[in-house]
Amino acid sequence: MAQPRSCAHCCIKIENLSVEFGGDAVVNNVNLHINCAELVALIGPNGAGKTSLLRAIINEIPYRGRMIFQIEGRPQPHPRIGYVPQKLSIDPDSPMSVLDLVAMSISARPIWLGVGRPLRAKAEAVLASVSAAHLVHRKLGELSGGELQRVLLAIAMAPAPNLLLLDEPVSNIDPKGLALFYETVSDLRRRHDVAVIMVTHDLAGIAPHADTIVLMNRTVLATGLPRDILADPQLVRTLGPGPWHVSGTASMPRAGETLSHD
Amino acid sequence: MEYCLPFEWVRYDFMKNALLAACLVTPLFALLGTMVISNRMAFFSDVLGHSALTGIAIGVLLGLMNPLSAMIAFAILIAIAFTIFKNITRTSPDTVLGVFMAVTVALGVVILSRGGGFAKYTVYLIGDILAVTPAQLKSLLLLFAIVVCYWFVAGNAMALLCVNSSLARSRGLPVVLIDVSFAALLAVVVAFSVRLLGILIINSLLILPAAAARNVATSMRSYTAWAIVISVASGIIGLLFSYYLGTSSGATIVLCAAAWYCGTAIWSYARRNIQHHGR
Repeated sequence: MAQPRSCAHCCIKIENLSVEFGGDAVVNNVNLHINCAELVALIGPNGAGKTSLLRAIINEIPYRGRMIFQIEGRPQPHPRIGYVPQKLSIDPDSPMSVLDLVAMSISARPIWLGVGRPLRAKAEAVLASVSAAHLVHRKLGELSGGELQRVLLAIAMAPAPNLLLLDEPVSNIDPKGLALFYETVSDLRRRHDVAVIMVTHDLAGIAPHADTIVLMNRTVLATGLPRDILADPQLVRTLGPGPWHVSGTASMPRAGETLSHD
Repeated sequence: MEYCLPFEWVRYDFMKNALLAACLVTPLFALLGTMVISNRMAFFSDVLGHSALTGIAIGVLLGLMNPLSAMIAFAILIAIAFTIFKNITRTSPDTVLGVFMAVTVALGVVILSRGGGFAKYTVYLIGDILAVTPAQLKSLLLLFAIVVCYWFVAGNAMALLCVNSSLARSRGLPVVLIDVSFAALLAVVVAFSVRLLGILIINSLLILPAAAARNVATSMRSYTAWAIVISVASGIIGLLFSYYLGTSSGATIVLCAAAWYCGTAIWSYARRNIQHHGR
């Protein structure tokens, strides 16, 4: 299912990236090389610095090291990065509608004055790209986990970024929404050749879709094809015994099973 | 004005000025309140109001005739200090705000009560919108214009920041700048309005209209519109009630806004139950 279609002209290099919180290196000398259209699954125990790595990539927290975006053979100092947060900090009774959120992400027009018809049509088109056009008038607080993640994905993809970051997107999604979400991500990746880093605990679900799995605990412990990482004894040492722990062969765990330790 | 509104109160200049002040200050508070609630800053804005006591005290110590500039400067200081603190630590901000509030109230009362002279400052506790001066009205108009401009420039950014600050950052928004500038703007408006509305109730006027609007709003536009309508209506109705009842204007306006909140809460509860039964 995973088909790397890298063009060999676009890539993202992360070199010796470290993040410190109060003298404690939560991310330590991480090196990653990601090609366009590549889906990298980032796994590791809680507190492994996965989210901190993403926050460093979007320049939200200070870091040491280098990030180089090579787009069509040339360095791109200001790459577009799409980011899908794990959850929102709004209250369930928030008045913000899906249309509001999409409209203010794709237009500078003040949303408190309302959303005009042309902008509404644009927002619906953005939502349609993730099969979510029917959600346009719903309030954000009323969406299911899967619906919300698809809406956030649509926003992150408008306009198509050079790198898409997904922070534990499936932890609040039911099994039915899960399949749809993975399909949507694969579809967007195929259509836009966008590189994706997905932080996840759903190793079983992501393995058939990922090109590369990166096992991380503050630093990168192992990088490789899903079948190789699943057979790597380091996996069990780092994450503890779980559904991926299959003796000998690299058989895949059942889809939907998540890491049991958290 | 006397001809179109045949009421006794129209004859008094202080009532006309107060009405004008209410019409300026209530939409201002409604706008700020929508973001205060979305950002969960209700306690923060309360601390800003209470910090006015220390602001007044600093003004008195400096020998100022009018402590307003000291109040505004101190409120901005508190706002910026707290916002920066919030961004660099992961501690729960509630405790810190509690400490800020305790210290600013106690320090203000201690300084102002030297020699038993606190009574002359009680006007700051309950406010007096009827004493609004033409100069204050002009300043209010200026503040009104500044806040509306700010909303045009930073309204979307603030709304996205409420949704998720990392998401806002990933879209290139200057997250800390927006946070600090909104807190500072709020500090200026609150410090300026304390003399009119009173330290004890000023926060209710920020919170209630927006909270009531949340009960009925289905989009950011209706949220903003409802908050403004509820706030202005409470301001006008409350002011007139206070005239006829001979009560404090600020407190009467707050009670009107509270009535709106109760009404919309009941309406929203009833609507949800009807929808639920309809399914």
